Amino acid sequence: MSSSPAGGSGAPGERVGEPLVEVEDLEVHFPAGGRRDRRVVRAVDGVSFTLARGETFGLVGESGCGKSTTGLALLRLVEPTAGRVHFDGTDVRGLSRRDLRAWRRRAGMIFQDPYASLDPRLPVGEIVGEALDIHDLHQGKQARRARIAELLERVGLAAAAADRYPHEFSGGQRQRVGIARALAGEPDFLVCDEPIAALDVSIQAQVMNLLAELQRDLGLTYLFIAHDLAAVQHVSDRIAVMYLGRIVELADRATLYRSPQHPYTRALLSAIPVPDPVRERQRERVPLVGDVPTPLDPPSGCRFRTRCPEVFEACGRVDPVLQPVGPGREGGGALPDVGSDPRAQGHLAACLLHGETGRPVERSDHRDAREAAPAG
Amino acid sequence: MSDTTLQQPSTRSRSRGAETWSALLSNKLAAAGLVVLVLLVLAAVFADVIAPYGYTDSDLTRRLQPPSASYWFGTDELGRDVLSRVIHGARVSLQVGAVAVGISLVLGTTIGLVAGYRGGWIDAVLMRAMDILFSFPVVLLAIAIVAVLSPSLVNTMIAIGIVFTPIFARVVRGSVLSVREEVYVRAARSLGASDLRILGRHVLPNVAAPIIVQTSLSLAFAILTEAALSYLGIGVQPPRPAWGLMLLDAQGFIPTGAWWMSIFPGLAIFLTVMALNLVGDGLRDALDPRQRSVIQARGAEA
Repeated sequence: MSSSPAGGSGAPGERVGEPLVEVEDLEVHFPAGGRRDRRVVRAVDGVSFTLARGETFGLVGESGCGKSTTGLALLRLVEPTAGRVHFDGTDVRGLSRRDLRAWRRRAGMIFQDPYASLDPRLPVGEIVGEALDIHDLHQGKQARRARIAELLERVGLAAAAADRYPHEFSGGQRQRVGIARALAGEPDFLVCDEPIAALDVSIQAQVMNLLAELQRDLGLTYLFIAHDLAAVQHVSDRIAVMYLGRIVELADRATLYRSPQHPYTRALLSAIPVPDPVRERQRERVPLVGDVPTPLDPPSGCRFRTRCPEVFEACGRVDPVLQPVGPGREGGGALPDVGSDPRAQGHLAACLLHGETGRPVERSDHRDAREAAPAG
Repeated sequence: MSDTTLQQPSTRSRSRGAETWSALLSNKLAAAGLVVLVLLVLAAVFADVIAPYGYTDSDLTRRLQPPSASYWFGTDELGRDVLSRVIHGARVSLQVGAVAVGISLVLGTTIGLVAGYRGGWIDAVLMRAMDILFSFPVVLLAIAIVAVLSPSLVNTMIAIGIVFTPIFARVVRGSVLSVREEVYVRAARSLGASDLRILGRHVLPNVAAPIIVQTSLSLAFAILTEAALSYLGIGVQPPRPAWGLMLLDAQGFIPTGAWWMSIFPGLAIFLTVMALNLVGDGLRDALDPRQRSVIQARGAEA
């Protein structure tokens, strides 16, 4: 290959670990609907996290928790209501329309539905080449065609695919086209919004491997959005769990799976089946009761308290903040020095059980309820 | 078949225009419609050469003659050859149809695209204006516009164009409202596409189908509206022939049994409208890549 498809921003690996995307108190509120209705849907309600260059950051939550809106808002595909988004030092929310369009070259998106995300009227080559025309890259008939062929081959499609239309391809192939389109502008960062959720199970692994390969070769940074922890388990360096517009727990993958601190995370983890019949029968389930409350009117205090198996009186009064947990934090000591690498910020959780005391207070009535619940 | 390979090596190297064209022609009905349209246009252009008589040549001794060897379509109440008048009438009728619908197509599509894509107060203002135009009876509004602009053929075309604009605006806006929410529009924006680019490259091609259907329908109505205006004396001025005008003149002679006076101009309108509809439907399918594959597959089978 003559040039790497994302070679524009320096050699990959050079600045790995430095913060690339910083999100602070991001809020996205939508009007509730009716013209006289002054209420707002708090889709994203104060979300903060930092992505290190070269990492894959998993964002997990049930449908409607605001994870996709978070991804769209930090690319300004949905306008944030409040908060700060910095990309490689640039204030994304402060960009003019013109600068925003130019910036989009560096931060792209891969969409969930490979059928809806490709324009049915355009041949694949035009879809993949659109970013080239917009940003004036590889212009000239020969150069453009060669670049499109290179991009298609990079994602495992034949160069001849350029002349065909989306409906001639399978779901997996269409998702590859979507990935090639996102790579055309040589981005540093991609938001992957459930990129494999709509694909056949047999194809999912292929697309995941492709994404991992591209990350390794091109030094990409991913925000990987998924609706269950099983989907991000193998790809994410760090994982944030969202519930009702907030991040409730954030940790590196190993820590999150080994010692989940938030009751919601535990419930999500316990929903992952184990491919071993004996262990599968024995494993403890944390049943979640009820539905997600409406983001029009989130519960007072802790938002998870209406479904939490470990709720106690304080939960209705105090809104827990995301704070460090883990060994050495029981006494509420000083915060660890984070430095410039966002990955060093450690394990955070937003639960009163891990605040000042750090010790779960299990109430007998809930333990009884859990034991009474059907085990599966 | 592995996910990474294609079904077959592509042998297509033709441009998309050529592909659309060949798909259109492989549709037999559309091809037939196209032939009829071409013949009609040729007849209009070379009317002076083709027509056996002049459109004002009247022979009062041969009034209301039924079709015969010398007058294929018969003669009218002034002894004029109906065939010659139908041929000459193609000029005015096709011209009015094309220009009037051209005006409403461009105006209406632009207004519908902007209103549907931008939404908010721009949408409200544009569409309320369209509603006001739409609330008047078609002929009444056209008369009012012609009265303001002074009667002439050109002003008649402009008036009909304005009257039909809201229909296009509504059809286009409705389709744009759904297309603008498509994921591929968001994907284009995520690449940095400008609004103009999104509208021209993604939205317009995907709302083309209802626009094409509306265009072929409106052409027929435009020809008929021109007939009504001519009948009221503000469109085409006699003795110039136009199909609608001939049809209206003929209605008084139906009781006398002079069926040829109304049948032939009526047949001309019918043929034109049907040809336009066939070409319109064919074009709609030929522009759609999914339909195009079906057409090509059918062609390969045959």
